[in-house]
Amino acid sequence: MLELIFGKLTLEALPHQWYTLAGTVSIVLGGIAVAIFLTRRNLWRWLWDEWLTSTDPKKIGIMYIIVAALMLFRGALDAGMILVQQAFFAVGNAGLSADHFQEIFTAHGTIMIFFVTMGFMFGLMNYIIPLQIGARDVAFPFLNTLSLWLYIAGVIFINLFFVIGGDFASTGWLAYPPLSELEFSPGVGVDYWIWSLQISGLGSLLGAINILVTILKLRAPGMTLMKMPMFAWTSLCSMVLIISAFPILTATLALLSLDRLLGMHFFTSDFGGNAMMYINLIWMWGHPEAYILILPSFGIFSEIVATFSYKRLFGYTSMVLATIAITMLSVLVWLHHFFTMGAGANVNAFFGIMTMIIAIPTGIKVFNWIFTMFRGRIKFTTPMYWFLGFIGTFTLGGMTGVLMAIPAADFQLHNSLFLVAHFHNTAIGGALFGIFAGFTYWFPKVMGFKLNERLGKYAFWCWIIGFFMTFVPLYILGFMGATRRLDHYDPATGWQGLFMISALGVGFISFGVAFQILQIIISIRQRKQNLDLSGDPWNGRTLEWTTSSPPPFYNFAITPKVSERDQFWTDKTSKHAPKPIYEDIVMPKNTAMGIYVSAFVFLIGFALVWHIIWLGIVGLIGAIACVIIRTNDPETEYVISAKEIERLEIRNNIR
Amino acid sequence: MTDRYKNFNLALFANFALFNPKGWIASEQKELIITATMLMLMAVIPVLVITFVFAWKYRAGNNAKYAPTFDHSRLLQFTWWTALCAIIVVLSVIAWKSSYALDPRKTLKSNIKPITIQVVALEWKWLFIYPEQNIATVNFMQFPEDTPINFEITADAPMNSFWIPQLGGQMYAMSGMKTKLHLEASDPGTYRGLSSNISGEGFAGMNFTAVASSNADFDTWVRTVKQSSNILNLNEYDKLAEPSKNNPVTLYSFVEDNLLDTIIMKFMMPQEAHKEH
Repeated sequence: MLELIFGKLTLEALPHQWYTLAGTVSIVLGGIAVAIFLTRRNLWRWLWDEWLTSTDPKKIGIMYIIVAALMLFRGALDAGMILVQQAFFAVGNAGLSADHFQEIFTAHGTIMIFFVTMGFMFGLMNYIIPLQIGARDVAFPFLNTLSLWLYIAGVIFINLFFVIGGDFASTGWLAYPPLSELEFSPGVGVDYWIWSLQISGLGSLLGAINILVTILKLRAPGMTLMKMPMFAWTSLCSMVLIISAFPILTATLALLSLDRLLGMHFFTSDFGGNAMMYINLIWMWGHPEAYILILPSFGIFSEIVATFSYKRLFGYTSMVLATIAITMLSVLVWLHHFFTMGAGANVNAFFGIMTMIIAIPTGIKVFNWIFTMFRGRIKFTTPMYWFLGFIGTFTLGGMTGVLMAIPAADFQLHNSLFLVAHFHNTAIGGALFGIFAGFTYWFPKVMGFKLNERLGKYAFWCWIIGFFMTFVPLYILGFMGATRRLDHYDPATGWQGLFMISALGVGFISFGVAFQILQIIISIRQRKQNLDLSGDPWNGRTLEWTTSSPPPFYNFAITPKVSERDQFWTDKTSKHAPKPIYEDIVMPKNTAMGIYVSAFVFLIGFALVWHIIWLGIVGLIGAIACVIIRTNDPETEYVISAKEIERLEIRNNIR
Repeated sequence: MTDRYKNFNLALFANFALFNPKGWIASEQKELIITATMLMLMAVIPVLVITFVFAWKYRAGNNAKYAPTFDHSRLLQFTWWTALCAIIVVLSVIAWKSSYALDPRKTLKSNIKPITIQVVALEWKWLFIYPEQNIATVNFMQFPEDTPINFEITADAPMNSFWIPQLGGQMYAMSGMKTKLHLEASDPGTYRGLSSNISGEGFAGMNFTAVASSNADFDTWVRTVKQSSNILNLNEYDKLAEPSKNNPVTLYSFVEDNLLDTIIMKFMMPQEAHKEH
């Protein structure tokens, strides 16, 4: 009877290890603190009406970024624990238990990829893409809140094991079977991993469809594809990759969960299962994923280098072609993640060469960025610092990547710390630096005031020094034959010194993070000195700078007309301002359905982890019912009259 | 304290496994890594230099030439497309050739008769079977120098990767399957071997010692192993296959016939394996 109600859930699932207790206590205390704050200030209503149920992509974007930032702290804490263990405790076989250590790096990888980088990217895109292409909203506002809430449900899910279960996957972030099969991982950890990715993956897929359609259908009149800003282009390509790759992830994880739930044998060692199939499938998603994360950053840097060089982006057509080439090639290289699985020389050589070819369009992009600076008037703002840091780190990361694309060399570098250093080189130096640059660049648009430049530069220097201190030792350790994911090693290997330098590097990075937090706090306090009243604090080039900062909820009172690539820049130089003629604007209403659907989907995931059948049925029926109710809602939009717009615009201009 | 410091330093420099190859495969792989890096530096160094030269020269306060609409140059585009393509073509040829030359499945050419060592990754130790000598070892292997070694690799555990960095690249060890790796040691010595792929709780302890010795020493060693009182029949194997961590070296003077095939077939025909138990 109890089993019918609670499934596998028993009292043992309550937190009892020190780290799950610590996690639970901090989650509960954090929750209570926020609740007290909201109640004291009487902000619950405001939070619900203005934010949680909002369909405004700008608010959705901000919520994405807040959650992603929280997850960045979680992931960074994990990173710190990994290196402290390896630097100070691993030789004595002390410190964290092997299982706990493995849970930490699994969580670190999963969180950083799915919940930090993806979250930040979707946040920036939601806010910026409609503004850049002169749209008032995304194509599917309801889908947008649903995507956000599925992402948040995934975030809650991946942290839920602290409170219920106490067990997370200890399989590495891609959970290769047979290790991730029931036979070797009988706990709920792998299930938590699977369902947090399934739920957030669904959100990513829906979000990608939304942004893709937005870019294709909602561009301002006159903005042909070849007149789009580069960030819109790279986002478009990134979304194409999500739409083509994420279904593979969903299917692969579904097969793995069938193995675990129903005792099937897709990837088991026996009864005809084949783990190599999983490894192929997961990388057919996994390699495009790397480009899903890096492409938007490429776009951000393209915007930044043109803006702060006060010059047109060099070789726009070449950039577009390079982006498309990267997009297409990225789905043809997955096998380079497992040259060592026993394929023949011809298969390995083919995939190795395909991989190297990606270096050509990527290199083209780098040259075009550099020549955007040529004969420019470069202003060294914080985003520009991140750009220069990116060129340095990313070029190095690209080089080590091509090195590992040579199959015969990869046999010696695969699974070593060289590999770990390489992908952090591209993920941090490429994707994350791009996010930081974009965050600083667009912050005044979002908040109406600039971030403190000096603290931003301090943060940059800590990050860049910390970055090289952390990862250069890892490259060297790779040459010493040190593999990844070791909770202990023989002191005779002589690795400890390098691990210590690496841990020190993480210390530097944490100063960088501290400066970033300080930067935001100080900037809010001193906002009066850094106000952006013009809406165009950087002397920008693209449409997002034509609106006020922050933009009105309808983005543009009058839909902009586009005839040039850098329309705003051209308008500024020609200086003709037509008298505005306002028209009625149709905007989507807020809706809580996204929250409800995600909550039910969350219940389905929870039921599947703990084998609670009735709860799964409730979740399924609830989710479908909510979608049906929403679909039959005839009044999802409202109209703001031209008069009202005029009133708001005049008020805005006076302010 | 000084002693410790000295040891630490010595260890630091002696342990660059990949730059300290002791077999021709590893030597070729080292050369390959260095050649490819040099080739790529031909593009990377100019990129870094001109990035910082341009950034400095065209800084706002410098009043260098300003051309805000200069955004296109056929010549420049042509130059870097060609340069990058050229480097990648050269690298591709290298990659293609080395993939065949250093294909781990290829038997090594040698006048000396090769030795076969069968490798079984277990939870969490390495079992090495010498079918020709009819002996087996755990976490330790010895073989004659300058002799090609045919490794036949499988697992009775989650996937591992079998790797002796100073002798050459690694190969996955997967249950129900046999992968092949061919290596050769050019110098006598003791080399570190390990698993590079996470396989569960005891994974970090899956280290082994690989000793390359003279033929005579190898024969002596085989005779020593033959004197061990441990034998590896199916029963003993099942006991050994139970999960255990940081296993000591164990030597077996006898191995059940075709043990490797039996282990592989356990997964290929699980019904029969279950019936037997």
